[in-house]
Amino acid sequence: MMHLEQLPPWAAIIIALFVVIGATLTLLGGVGLVRLKSFYQRLHAPTLGYSYGTLPIILASMLMFSLTEQRLVVHELMIGMFILITTPITLLMLGRAALRRDRDRKLGHDEIVPPRNRPEPPTEEPAKDA
Amino acid sequence: MTAEILRFALGYAQIALILALALACWRMLIGPRAQDRVLGLDTMYINAMLLFLVIGMSNGNVFFFEGALVIAVLGFVTTVCAAKFLMRGEVIE
Repeated sequence: MMHLEQLPPWAAIIIALFVVIGATLTLLGGVGLVRLKSFYQRLHAPTLGYSYGTLPIILASMLMFSLTEQRLVVHELMIGMFILITTPITLLMLGRAALRRDRDRKLGHDEIVPPRNRPEPPTEEPAKDA
Repeated sequence: MTAEILRFALGYAQIALILALALACWRMLIGPRAQDRVLGLDTMYINAMLLFLVIGMSNGNVFFFEGALVIAVLGFVTTVCAAKFLMRGEVIE
């Protein structure tokens, strides 16, 4: 743990703050993943960890290794770019798969999903003036 | 003093990420449907990747970064294949 002593105090405080923020937001995403009721609500919870958890931790890692190795270390940006690109793809595909499975009558619903061809809502009642 | 702050922050981050991993594993175990399990698995991958980054920071070892990158790539491929299997019933058509 000798590398922790050679950091300047401002960098230590910034790194600690970023790491704590990222880990806390990831933990909140996990809590939301367990607590929310419907799958379509649960799909939103871990994105907290995907974006707001990854960004502070890779920034802290970049700052820390740049200072301890006395050179510019930016290869954590690869993870950041990769997560930035792949997260919408995975969650979009997962959401579409779940929607298709819920619309399939043979599998049985346990979520409330609007049907694909929604009938027109009745429009015969006139607008009331208050 | 600064090393104590960093040690406390990195220890807290490891504990929080392990808790998040356990919560995602709990969602993967209880379901209730297949897409919930796939979502829990994907969250476990991301949390394990962040945990690898934090462990690498606390050890001062740059080579945990490659492990984290491999975990991120494998998590992406796993989730896309599982979602495609759930949607179509087969992975490669």
